[in-house]
Amino acid sequence: MTQYAENITAEIVKEHGLSTDEYQVILDRVGRAPNIVELGIFSVMWSEHCSYKSSRLHLGKLPTKGDKVIQGPGENAGVIDIGDGQAAIFKMESHNHPSYIEPYQGAATGVGGILRDVFTMGARPIALMNALRFGAPDHAKTRQLVDGVVAGIGGYGNCVGVPTVGGETNFHAGYNGNILVNAMAVGLADADKIFYARGAEPGQPIVYVGSKTGRDGIHGATMASAEFDDDSAEKRPTVQVGDPFTEKKLIEACLELMATDAIAAIQDMGAAGLTSSSVEMADKGGIGIELNMDKVPQRETNMSTYEMMLSESQERMLVIMKPGREDVAMRIFEKWELDVAVIGRTTDSKRMVLTHKGETVCDIPIAPLADDAPKYDRPWHAPEVRAQITARDVAKPGHMGEILLKLMGSPDMASKAWIWSQYDRHVMADTVASSQDPSDAAIVRIHGTDKALAITTDCTPRYCQADPYEGGKQAVAEAWRNLTAAGADPIAITDCLNFGNPERREIMGQFVGCIAGMAEACTKLDFPVVSGNVSLYNETNGAAIPPTPAIGGVGLIPDIDKRGQFGGLKDGDILLLVGETIGAMGASIYLKEIEGREDGGSPHVDLAAEKANGDFVRGQIRSGRLTACHDLSDGGLACAAADMALASKIGIKLAHEGDVPMHGFLFGEDQARYLIAAKTEDAIAILQDAKADDIPIQVVGLGGGSAITVNGAHNLELSRLRNAWEGWLPGLMSKLVVAAE
Amino acid sequence: MKSAVIVFPGSNCDRDAHDAIKRVTGQAPAMVWHQETALPEGTQFVMLPGGFSYGDYLRCGAMASHSAIMPAIIAHAATGAPILGVCNGFQVLTECGLLPGALMRNAQLKFICEDTAITVTNSNTRFTSRYAANAKLTIPIAHHDGNYFADTETLIRIENEGQVAFRYGANPNGSANDIAGLMNEQGNVLGMMPHPERAVDAKHGGTDGLALFESLLGSA
Repeated sequence: MTQYAENITAEIVKEHGLSTDEYQVILDRVGRAPNIVELGIFSVMWSEHCSYKSSRLHLGKLPTKGDKVIQGPGENAGVIDIGDGQAAIFKMESHNHPSYIEPYQGAATGVGGILRDVFTMGARPIALMNALRFGAPDHAKTRQLVDGVVAGIGGYGNCVGVPTVGGETNFHAGYNGNILVNAMAVGLADADKIFYARGAEPGQPIVYVGSKTGRDGIHGATMASAEFDDDSAEKRPTVQVGDPFTEKKLIEACLELMATDAIAAIQDMGAAGLTSSSVEMADKGGIGIELNMDKVPQRETNMSTYEMMLSESQERMLVIMKPGREDVAMRIFEKWELDVAVIGRTTDSKRMVLTHKGETVCDIPIAPLADDAPKYDRPWHAPEVRAQITARDVAKPGHMGEILLKLMGSPDMASKAWIWSQYDRHVMADTVASSQDPSDAAIVRIHGTDKALAITTDCTPRYCQADPYEGGKQAVAEAWRNLTAAGADPIAITDCLNFGNPERREIMGQFVGCIAGMAEACTKLDFPVVSGNVSLYNETNGAAIPPTPAIGGVGLIPDIDKRGQFGGLKDGDILLLVGETIGAMGASIYLKEIEGREDGGSPHVDLAAEKANGDFVRGQIRSGRLTACHDLSDGGLACAAADMALASKIGIKLAHEGDVPMHGFLFGEDQARYLIAAKTEDAIAILQDAKADDIPIQVVGLGGGSAITVNGAHNLELSRLRNAWEGWLPGLMSKLVVAAE
Repeated sequence: MKSAVIVFPGSNCDRDAHDAIKRVTGQAPAMVWHQETALPEGTQFVMLPGGFSYGDYLRCGAMASHSAIMPAIIAHAATGAPILGVCNGFQVLTECGLLPGALMRNAQLKFICEDTAITVTNSNTRFTSRYAANAKLTIPIAHHDGNYFADTETLIRIENEGQVAFRYGANPNGSANDIAGLMNEQGNVLGMMPHPERAVDAKHGGTDGLALFESLLGSA
């Protein structure tokens, strides 16, 4: 057999990101040397981004089943049962590489892509979230990236009319060369009207709808599967350009079409566009496909099959219709002034056959593209175990109020209002609590009911760096805790696993460790994974990002009048701390900001305590006794109290006693804890309930005054705290930018 | 009261408008597609909703103002019937000439979404009669182009005629004379950047927008 087809060289194969071994497999499966179109199709389908070749082996360890799971991983998004015949459909996805190269369009198309994953399945999108990680605040590119990414997320989400209701933002030098932009979308559908990529049969028409195909984004999936170097800016043409106006029309047109019962299968064109959408539907249906490339709506002239198959032009969908129903799609899409064309049909050949200008330009078996994609058991080693650090190992500071001021005005803790005030959080008129309103999770009412979804995104990369296993556990546990503190029953998660180059053993070790920790937490908390995404090769010139498995959690609040929030603290309310405090300081915000250290082990997550304490707090929220409720995370008790005081516009008098040193009591990051507040008589009842349930609880202070104090001293006036907390990000973004690379 | 909400491609507050009108009037409005050339028989109140008609391409509201339905709306306005344009709807009303002036990019050049304090400047109108004089309201805004501009003579005229219905407390976008809501000379066409339809529900955005719809109900 000839090694290479005409005009193909070893160099061209390498440029397509295919290893020698992988190329040999292609030769074997195709039975001849592939031409350039076929090579391009294999290259994108077998890219890390599309095939999960380094991660699949380990992803299988995550629990994906549960009473409420209608659809787990493997479809466009996960689906959970939320009662009353309705389902929530959600997924989180990364758009890291494009957002670094071209922040506005990279972030915007990340939002567009994740929305399509959700409405492809028949859901009306009702909420957007985002988890962002930027480099050090003083790094030369950070401000420009923050500005562009936030404008891009807002520009797309605001126009398309889906509220952006929450998220998280971190800054760390580890992201200087690779920012993370993870977008999550949540949609609502009738549980019996969900659309899948599977379900196509031979002899059905294939209909292309949405925008025309251009030359943008060619090889985007391949770019997202490689490291960056000094020439990465040259990859700018591989970034796609978003058009939220078309997306809005596409949502309405698709939902209108889905109401007609004319669809056999549907898939959005995301990474690797026409290639992956057609291959996935054919593979899942066990069928073949024939496409006539002349029929593909084209934005530019003289496009080759190679370009059309690899383009990542946005706002496009591929629909396999029931035979004879093409006219239904034509009528609806023409009404919405969108392109629509029948471009082929399904066959029983199990092959992908493409014709262009009368010639067959591709004829390959489908199965190897999807199911036979490479799957690697990459070698890995676990990181060294770090020593635990408690407050006893850390010098005691003098004035606790000044420490709290510094922490609350630090990059990770400071208010992110500068970001979320640029997002429309209220469109669709169901946002009960967003990042503007004080709750640990975003709360979006289910339209026309008094039920609501609680939504959160969480990850503490410091912990994952210190101990991938505990960090993976903690990310899941914190998502569960945030939903609980909002008064929700946590149901399921989506994940977005951001790591460096998996071909390096220590990076693969981080990945394996985080997955093991996540799996443990998901199992113990009955919080399965229903969808997700893996983003590897987040490295520049050999420097990897901190391991960042972002978790998107979704829960259900049965009655929005019984939800948790932390803006209701009143004068004289008793503050109670639920959960055990030992004063864990390893990898804490305190060490980073006050001592300038990032060492120490991650705090231990006791999942049994997590479950028991959370169930207790949720019960108290629903009893109506709590005036305020906040989970403890970064910065411990003092920072949770500061959040509560700022949101409630009233001071807090903290009282410290016992064996844990004061700075450990205030700033330790022990897990499974909540700060709750209630009137005196209710607090007594709560203490009695806790005793009966064997839940650790202690009185830690009361609401009142205009400052945060500890044992009557360490005074920090709220006005000063508010200035520091609100002022940091606007201050950063308004600095004169001095260009320096 | 028979109502209609106009739906342009890219409108995204049409459902919110529909729900608010239904909540107050007890009657669902007709949802009228931009390609129609007439309003449904018997329509009294017409609302142009917020959103990004035509993606805000060219200029906010510019393309929508040339839609097939617009002549019918302009004719409807001439009969004295109430017409409310919110956010993108306000932009369409200035673009089609039913209201004077224009809405430019926000002074700080960023999209702003926040609860905004506004004052009822004129409570003697069919849109505001249920508000107390100088009532202070909290209504959300969410826009990139809400910076109201008009030349000096126009500003003097609209102020003298009492056409300013609402004014911002802390001006969020650079609008001339802090104008948040503006009527035509006849007082039957109101454009405003704040979203009263997002403030009709205690569980979402508060209820300060309710009285606007209730005022209309009383007047129609």
